[in-house]
Amino acid sequence: MAHLLTWIVVLPLVGFVLNGLLGNRFGKSFVTVVGCGLPLAAFAAAMACVLDLIAGGAREPLVHVAYTWAVVGDRTFEVAFWLDRLAAVMVLIVTGVGSLIHIYSTGYMHEDRSYARYFAYLNLFLFFMLLLVLGRSLLVLFVGWEGVGLASYLLIGFWFEDAEKARAGKKAFVTNRIGDAGFLLGMFAVFWALGTLDMDKVNAAYMAGPPPAVAASVVGVLLFIGATGKSAQIPLYVWLPDAMAGPTPVSALIHAATMVTAGVYLVARMSGVYMHAEFASSVVAVIGVATAFFAATIAVVQNDIKKVLAYSTVSQLGLMFVAAGVGAYGVAIFHVYTHAFFKACLFLGAGSVIHALSGEQDIRRMGGLAKRIPVTFVTFAVATAAIAGIPPLAGFFSKDEILWYAFASGKGGSPLLWAVAAATALLTAFYMFRLLWLTFFGRSRMSHEVEHHVHESPLSMTAVLTILAALSAIGGFLALPHWLEMQLPLPPVPDALHHFEWPLLVVSVVIAASGLLGAWYFFGNDAARAQRVHAKGLHRLLSAKYYVDECYERWLGRPLVWVSDRLFLNVGDRMLLDGTLNGLARLAQRGAGVLSRIQTGSLHRYVLFVLAGSAVLLLWSIGRV
Amino acid sequence: MSDAAWLNVVLFLPVLGTALLLFVPATRESAIRTLTLVAMAAQLVVTGFLYAAFDPATPGLQFATRLPWIPAWGVTYTIGLDGYNVLLVLLTAFLGPLVVAGAFTAVRRDVKLFYCMVLLIQFAMMGAFVAQDLFLFYLFWEAMMIPMFVIIGIWGGERRIYATFKFVLYTAFGSILMLAAMIWLAWSLATPEGALSFAFTDLYQSRLPLSTQVLLLSAFGLSFAIKVPIVPLHTWLPDAHVEAPTAGSVILAGVLLKMGTYGFMKLGFPLFPDATMVLSPLLIALAVVSIVYGACLALVQDDIKKIIAYSSISHLGYVMLGLVCLDLVGVQGAVVQMVSHGLTAAGLFLMVGMIYERCHTRELAAYGGLAKVLPVYSLFFMLLTLASIGLPTTSGFTGEFMVLLGAGTAGWQQYSQGSSFLLASSAVAVTGVVLGAMYMLRFAQGFLFGGERVPHGPVLDLDLREKAILVAIVAAVFWLGLFPAEPLAKTELAAQEYRQLVTTSRLPGNAP
Amino acid sequence: MDKLQLLLLLALALFAIGLLGVVIRRNLLVMLMCMELMLNAANLSLVTLARQTDTSAGAVLVFLVFVVAAAEIAIAIPIVLLLVRRRHTLDADAYADLKG
Repeated sequence: MAHLLTWIVVLPLVGFVLNGLLGNRFGKSFVTVVGCGLPLAAFAAAMACVLDLIAGGAREPLVHVAYTWAVVGDRTFEVAFWLDRLAAVMVLIVTGVGSLIHIYSTGYMHEDRSYARYFAYLNLFLFFMLLLVLGRSLLVLFVGWEGVGLASYLLIGFWFEDAEKARAGKKAFVTNRIGDAGFLLGMFAVFWALGTLDMDKVNAAYMAGPPPAVAASVVGVLLFIGATGKSAQIPLYVWLPDAMAGPTPVSALIHAATMVTAGVYLVARMSGVYMHAEFASSVVAVIGVATAFFAATIAVVQNDIKKVLAYSTVSQLGLMFVAAGVGAYGVAIFHVYTHAFFKACLFLGAGSVIHALSGEQDIRRMGGLAKRIPVTFVTFAVATAAIAGIPPLAGFFSKDEILWYAFASGKGGSPLLWAVAAATALLTAFYMFRLLWLTFFGRSRMSHEVEHHVHESPLSMTAVLTILAALSAIGGFLALPHWLEMQLPLPPVPDALHHFEWPLLVVSVVIAASGLLGAWYFFGNDAARAQRVHAKGLHRLLSAKYYVDECYERWLGRPLVWVSDRLFLNVGDRMLLDGTLNGLARLAQRGAGVLSRIQTGSLHRYVLFVLAGSAVLLLWSIGRV
Repeated sequence: MSDAAWLNVVLFLPVLGTALLLFVPATRESAIRTLTLVAMAAQLVVTGFLYAAFDPATPGLQFATRLPWIPAWGVTYTIGLDGYNVLLVLLTAFLGPLVVAGAFTAVRRDVKLFYCMVLLIQFAMMGAFVAQDLFLFYLFWEAMMIPMFVIIGIWGGERRIYATFKFVLYTAFGSILMLAAMIWLAWSLATPEGALSFAFTDLYQSRLPLSTQVLLLSAFGLSFAIKVPIVPLHTWLPDAHVEAPTAGSVILAGVLLKMGTYGFMKLGFPLFPDATMVLSPLLIALAVVSIVYGACLALVQDDIKKIIAYSSISHLGYVMLGLVCLDLVGVQGAVVQMVSHGLTAAGLFLMVGMIYERCHTRELAAYGGLAKVLPVYSLFFMLLTLASIGLPTTSGFTGEFMVLLGAGTAGWQQYSQGSSFLLASSAVAVTGVVLGAMYMLRFAQGFLFGGERVPHGPVLDLDLREKAILVAIVAAVFWLGLFPAEPLAKTELAAQEYRQLVTTSRLPGNAP
Repeated sequence: MDKLQLLLLLALALFAIGLLGVVIRRNLLVMLMCMELMLNAANLSLVTLARQTDTSAGAVLVFLVFVVAAAEIAIAIPIVLLLVRRRHTLDADAYADLKG
């Protein structure tokens, strides 16, 4: 079965090539069939492989070497695919949710002029994402890592006629590249220490045997820099909210369900290193919890439906890193898995709302949609409840586990970590229900014209929403951390803390409920209140997203341009280098000008010069004798 | 014909082409174009066969010809293929037909002279790569300058005279130094009977005191460094690129710049290993400065040709870093990076030429939203941009990745021996990856996206000829990005030999 | 003073006259003639010294100088003719602007 692994990866690539080259010629139905068919085929292949893996007890991974990329000296760089339990979870999320979103897109993007291009890009994204997930070596993972960044860039700037959207794409790419530089260094560090990039070997080397030459924390921190870029953590999170410029299904697939979780996947995949990297792990946990809280506070005051979800994604990713940072890698992946369902459902629901309102994204101009687009409303509500952690929906299980390990893990868990994470959970419940209320309840605040056109989305979209909502509801019952435990062991919990488990569970439920009640109190009875909040003080700081973008621009962007332009170009190149050179040239010219006066044109004078010269030479030679 | 003769065929085909061109009346322009293209294509075909027949497991020269030439001075006509030059020869032959085809519509004046010059420079470049005798190498090295001088000086832009003079003075200055150093080197290696030899293989046996080595390496090195160019010897390049016609830029960026790095790899470092070791901190620093400085400058240019010119400086900094770090992966990466830069920079310059023919301006701000008007053009442009950024699956990634990996590995080894300089330098070099994305995307962004601004529009998208050119380049870019194993195998032995030569001390006292 | 030394002195005198002529005379034709004089002075010293050292190299060299002198005159006279045709003067300073 192992050779099927290659097909999982290659099938979307085929879709990309077909749609890219022939899509415009053969029309929309061709694009639809190719664009959705090949991801579904990849899903089927992935399913077959995973079943095969499970049939074999899922102890031994499926491995398939596609080809040898390069050989230098005694170093070999192979393109090999590797399917173990962790990869199995990811590959099913990617192909499964991916296929669903492809299907959804057929409805959402139906009117778009660049339908073929859209599906080509989406297929390209799947190809790279699967490469990332299935790669055995860090190199292959990195190829996918950069590749999904490219696809994300292309899709954020999909409507490139709008310079603002194109700029958001560039911002995403460059910010990710900063992280990738860290990733590269981390990869190099692994290579220096072990001479291989195969992650199974790296993990094994760090798990057992003499400690490698490069400390685990060095590798861990460097790779985590890469993860902060791709998974939008402090300080590199700034691109993700802007990335909402892309089509909404893209936000769902790439910027919520799959690509942005790649950082979490990376940490889990390299768990062998992180388990022995105490410092790196605490960095992961601290950055994660800080990002989670920070982004949640911003989300509270956002008015763009997609921006709220974007900051919520940043926040949720932070929680995943908290889990990974305290050693509960399986729990992190569990949250990746549940998050993929409910966040995809939320984004697609948001897409459906935007679709219904002819492009309106501001929740201050929504309201009262619950009865007008009921399927969207119900699914959105289920997903909201799931992300808020209302039991027994999927989000409840994963979030509760994260909170539990943040508190109790023997590898860095602490009450403080738990408190911040719990505060984040409270904020999450609050802003998500705020979103729900402002969008679907209360009086309509839509303009008359928009209101006139409100319509429920086509079946291709609502069906997908329903499936995802169902998965958000029941997905939590799959005990994923337990299934992954063989590969990603859960951290030890000190015995003294075990009796906190139930009280904390109750507390999480209370948190979710109080978030809901808070939102209901503020927005439930008079949904228009959001409009009346004036931007002042804390509210203004939050609305302006803590002025982080402005600071980056002021302290990083502009100085770089200033140094390049003023210092390097004007002072360095023009003044120093060219100045010296042109000065020398002028000097030579002037010297030549002086000397050329000797050339009078008078033959007699020339002969005299010759004569004088010969005389001097003669005298000199006589003098020497 | 024996195998070795075919390499001579490759070398002299452009000369034959030039000779035939002389018999074609200057007015029959299409015949001139066709003839040149045929000569170049024939050269490419033969080179292709030689490349395929090149055996990666045989060390030393293949397809070698050795003939005495000026016996009194010990000068021989020795040419051959080895791991050092095989990829560069292929690159040169590959770009030849593309340059010619790319100039079909761009050059309207003195067509015959133009194609003669293109053929002659092709001859000189090919000669410099295959030459295995220092004297011969020097002749070809100098010969390259003349056609380039003519190409920029006649078909160039407004400030072409300034640019040509700058170019010629810079390179001539370097050449003089190299000539002096060459003579000195040959004399100091003369046998007691006074017999000289310029053959590379003999020069590799040289044993010179450290001070002489440093002096000679400085002379050779300056000459090569100007060609690369390494900061701070680079200011001729942007001017030359901006003023040169498209074909000139393509030749310059595609092949000519590699002459400098090739010179370092084949001559500079292996001839003077001890001096290289002494000077390596300086060389590393300059390489890293080139990477960052070139990238920063590319970030603030308004002229699209200047952006690519400065990006070349940055990209060739990687090559230098790979060569100096002396790690096998790094050296191999440097070779790949040379070819990769040859492909992407040539491709980008060709594309700039194509848009210039349509819109008559090189100012970045004048353009916008081309992706909508010229979708095919934009697709190719995006691909080449990504290759230039070094996105995985393109050749740029293979080169940059291997160079940085090699430099880091060597840096790590030095770090564990107590010196952190190379390690820190490699880390700084990695920032080039970020800066590269910034300047190239700024470029692509302003060019392809945003509101529609097309000077002198409306314009037509690429025609079949232009598509064919770009398809060839893009195919090569992906070949090197996806399947570098085969070309790397062909250069492996040379890279090992290079490392061996540079890391083995050859001071006079040492036992052989 | 033996004969050879006298001959050498003669050569010196011839050369000095020729040189002086080139320096002070303005007529192009005279200048050319003076140059011939100098060449012949050199020829004279060459044969004299050849005789003195009893070798033939000097005598051979003289023939070379003859050829050069003939060639030089064969080119110089037409140039002078062309110049005169244009400006109707033999004064060398009249052509000082030929320096470029």
